[in-house]
Amino acid sequence: MDFSSAAELLKICQASGIPISQAMIDRETLYLGADTVTTYSRMEHSYEIMKNAVHSAVTEDIRSIGGLIGGEAKKMDAYRASTEKPLCGSVISKAIGYAMGVLEVNASMGLIVAAPTAGSSGVIPGVFVALQEEYGFTDDQMVRALFNAGAIGYLITRNATVAGAEGGCQAEVGAASAMAASAAVELMGGTPEQCMSAAGTAITNILGLVCDPIAGLVEAPCQKRNAMGASNAIVAAQITLAGVGNLLPLDEVIDVMYSVGRSIPFELRETALGGVAGSPTGCRLSKQIFG
Amino acid sequence: MREISVFDVVGPNMIGPSSSHTAGALRIALMAGKISKGKPKKVKFILYGSFAMTYKGHGTDKALLAGILGMNTEDYRIRDSFRLADEAGIEYEFVPCTENKGYHPNTVEVVITNEEGVTTSILGVSIGGGNVKLKQINGADISLSGNLTTLFVQQYDRPGVVAHISKCLNDHNVNIAFMKLYRDNKGENAYTIIETDEKLDERLVDEIQANPNIKSAIVIEL
Repeated sequence: MDFSSAAELLKICQASGIPISQAMIDRETLYLGADTVTTYSRMEHSYEIMKNAVHSAVTEDIRSIGGLIGGEAKKMDAYRASTEKPLCGSVISKAIGYAMGVLEVNASMGLIVAAPTAGSSGVIPGVFVALQEEYGFTDDQMVRALFNAGAIGYLITRNATVAGAEGGCQAEVGAASAMAASAAVELMGGTPEQCMSAAGTAITNILGLVCDPIAGLVEAPCQKRNAMGASNAIVAAQITLAGVGNLLPLDEVIDVMYSVGRSIPFELRETALGGVAGSPTGCRLSKQIFG
Repeated sequence: MREISVFDVVGPNMIGPSSSHTAGALRIALMAGKISKGKPKKVKFILYGSFAMTYKGHGTDKALLAGILGMNTEDYRIRDSFRLADEAGIEYEFVPCTENKGYHPNTVEVVITNEEGVTTSILGVSIGGGNVKLKQINGADISLSGNLTTLFVQQYDRPGVVAHISKCLNDHNVNIAFMKLYRDNKGENAYTIIETDEKLDERLVDEIQANPNIKSAIVIEL
C-alpha cells in the first residue's frame, strides 16, 4: 500500500480503480497503521481550521506582527462584491482573496494548517473554500480532496523539498499549488492521471520562483504569492480538464523542481538577503520593524 | 527515520506565522519544560542565529513562553503568553546572542529553574516544518526529536541501569523503536532516551524510578 513515486501511486489507483484520495487514506491506515476513523476526523479538523481562517480573514480586522499586511482579504471581498463581473471571474476571485486572508491570519498569530508550510498556508484553503462555495461540494468531498492534496505533498516532501530555505518559493507555494490543482481535478471528476498532470503543470509554471521575504517575515511578498499559487492551481486544473496533458511525468517535474531549487543562490532562499527583501525599500522596512 | 504521514504535509495545525520560528520554538520549550520537572520559577531563553535576529517578528518569544506553560502549537492563548506567565508568577528573559558558535541558525538554549531551585539547561534546534531536535541537556550531548513517544531517563552511570529499564518495558510489553545512551563523565550523570511504538503509562514510569540509580524518568508526547 506504500508508494514512493507518482508512477507507483498511479499504478495503485489504476489497479484498484480508486482515486488518489483513497490511495492516500489506504497508505495512512493500512501501511502506517493509523486508525481509519481517527485519520478521517483529524482531516475534518484540519478543514475546519482552514474554513475558520478564511472566515476570520474576511470578517475581522487583522494586523500582522510585522505590520506589512492586514486587511487585504476584506478589500478583495469588497471589490468582488462591488461588481457583477470581477476581472478574475467568481472562482478565482474568491480563491485569491481567501488565500491572501489566510496569510493575514497566519501573520497575526492566528490558527492555520501549514499545508505544506505556514508560508504557503493560503493556497489550499483559498482554492478549497472557493470551489466548495461555487460548486456546492459537501464537507465530506472536501475532506477527501485534502487526502488527494496530501498525496501530492507527500511525494514532493519525500522526493524533493517543501522548504523555502532549501528550494525557494517554488518549493513552498509551488507544492501548495500542485496539491490544490490535483485536488481540484479530483473534485471536478478528473482521473488520477489528470490529477498528476495538473500538479505537474502547476509546479512547472512556478519553476524558479525565489523566496525573498521582507524582514524575514512571512508577510510580503508571501501573501500575494499565495494568491498567485491559488489561481495557478485553478488554471492548471482547467488546462487539464480541457484534455491538455503535461509533457513531463510528475516524478520528473518534482526532480526538476528540486534541482532548480538547489541552484537558486543562498541569498534567494529565505535568508532575506536578496530579491525584494534586499531592495532599498525591503531593507528600510526591515530596519523599521527590527530597529 | 519515521515515515512521512499525510498530516506532516497537510499540517501541522499551528498558530502562525512560522513553522520553524513559532511552532518549532514552542515544541522545544514544551519538551524542555517537561524535562525540567516541577513548576518553573525562572526561565532564560538564549537565542542564536536567525532566532536572535528575528524573534520578535515571528512571535518566537511568545511561543517559547507558551511552551513552558505547557501549551500545544494550536493554542490560541500563545499570543497572550507573556500575561499568562506573569499571572503564573514565572520570571522570564530573552537574551539574543549574536556570537557565532557554529550552531544551526534556529537554535535556542532554554535555562529553567524550578521552584525547588534546580536548574536545567537545554539546547534545542528548530529544523523546519515544526520539527525540532534537542541537542544538549546540562551540557551533555543528546538527540531527542519527540516525534515518537519518548521515555527520557536521567540516571547515574552505573551497571545494571539499562537492564532494569528494559526489563520494566518488557514487563509492560512495550517495543523499543530506538534507544540511545549518553553520559557526561564516567560514573556520574547519564541519560537514556528510548522511543517506543506504544504509549507509556504512569505505572511503568514509577517502576523505572524505583531503582535507586535512577534520578528521574519522564514520558514526552507531543
